[in-house]
Amino acid sequence: MHIVEKSQLMTATEIDRTVQRLAHEIVEKSGGTANLALIGIRRRGVPLAARIAQAMRGIDGVDVPVGTLDITLYRDDLSKVAAHPVLQSSDIPFSVDDKDLVVVDDVLYTGRTIRAAMNGLFDLGRPKRVRLCVLIDRGHRELPVEATFIGRTVQTSDAEIIEVRLNEIDREERVVLVERVP
Amino acid sequence: MSFRFGHMLGIEPLSADEIVFLLDQSKPFQEIQKHPLKKLATLRGKTVALAFFEPSTRTRISFATAASRLGADQMNLQAESSSLKKGESLLDTIRTLDAMKPDCIVIRHSSSGAPEFVTRHLPLPVINAGDGTHEHPTQALLDALTIRDRRGTLENLNITILGDILHSRVARSNIHLLTKFGCRFTLCGPPMWVPREIDCIGPPGASIRRVGKIEEALEGADAVLTLRVQQERLYEPALALDEYILQYQLTPERLRLAKPGALVLHPGPMIRGLEIDPAVADGPQSCVLDQVTNGLAVRMALLFMMIGAHADAPSEKDSSHAAD
Repeated sequence: MHIVEKSQLMTATEIDRTVQRLAHEIVEKSGGTANLALIGIRRRGVPLAARIAQAMRGIDGVDVPVGTLDITLYRDDLSKVAAHPVLQSSDIPFSVDDKDLVVVDDVLYTGRTIRAAMNGLFDLGRPKRVRLCVLIDRGHRELPVEATFIGRTVQTSDAEIIEVRLNEIDREERVVLVERVP
Repeated sequence: MSFRFGHMLGIEPLSADEIVFLLDQSKPFQEIQKHPLKKLATLRGKTVALAFFEPSTRTRISFATAASRLGADQMNLQAESSSLKKGESLLDTIRTLDAMKPDCIVIRHSSSGAPEFVTRHLPLPVINAGDGTHEHPTQALLDALTIRDRRGTLENLNITILGDILHSRVARSNIHLLTKFGCRFTLCGPPMWVPREIDCIGPPGASIRRVGKIEEALEGADAVLTLRVQQERLYEPALALDEYILQYQLTPERLRLAKPGALVLHPGPMIRGLEIDPAVADGPQSCVLDQVTNGLAVRMALLFMMIGAHADAPSEKDSSHAAD
């Protein structure tokens, strides 16, 4: 089995523009940045959350707290993830109690990652509100989870995979649609 | 890295890379101990059998708590209250436990090699929680985690072990582990407790020396591991308690001979005023309570890796594509 690239969904410029727009949307819909905090889901939600926070600084001049969450231990399909998943630390340097949280991830697909993330967050405290921000929504939900802030909605088939490649992790910057070929 | 734990019988067969991987996997579990809600559902529906054929308090509670915090259920077998008293064999006891379908067995036994024996008769993952004078791998792992957290490294440290090394599986597992990272060992205690054969532990060329005087043994130490004086054995070769205290107790004055800030570790149970002066046990260099907390983290990581993720799972590469 190998993986074939079918098309490019976003260029580096488009990713940047989308992140800026998402930051504006979050600030606008939250009526400012007071009490707001971002949680990036490992791995690619982490640089995205950092970028959104940076964009918000440009809008409001305020540093919004940013945390990162590793959801491996909260997955309900752990046995399908990997024989030996490598755990990484979650790092949330503030109390989530009564915070207005925006969870950030690259792709929204089945919704299982987000369910796991919410379990993880509620082990840390009781946020006032939790919303979801994703760069790409590709459909095929298996749980009743929807994002409040969406960069782009893409129609996909089950065999297709969306790869978000970010400089911080992949040393390139684009979103591509690939397909698994047997 | 690719990594697979079938069983955890001892430190000896592990590579330095595997040990580092295990310690790294323990980090997230250290954080969980600070959460207001410490319970995960990761091992929900799994059962951990705790088969302790030898009395144990802290190791048993630590494994039980580790299993609970991961959401697993437990079966508890304790020597004092089991049919072992009625003469049942190890194999029959273990087979009976296995018939209740646990997902792994944690075993402590007074005979060296008992956990390995069990692996030859059962298809289950086995964790050695201390066997005779052989190994106590999770203790060495939690000690290593404690040292690495405080020192920032495990490489090339001077480690001094004080006390009854002859009967100590903790000492053996620690020597196996830390010599893989180039640590040098100095062993000190009453001569009949510091056997010559101990030099053969660890990889070829490992630096292990035996020293008679505690003052000399402590010089230049980065970490001091004090062992419990097993009073039940004390009078056999005629060593008086007060003599031991005089010659081998770790006191603040003696600890000053070690490197500034040298770590003091003790696997417990600790007998204050015998092998260790209370001022040292409660002093800033003591890591005793960190060891206990880290023990939970190490055991959670081990259970998670041994029964939390399945060998028939697809490779990580495939799933990272499929994951949302």
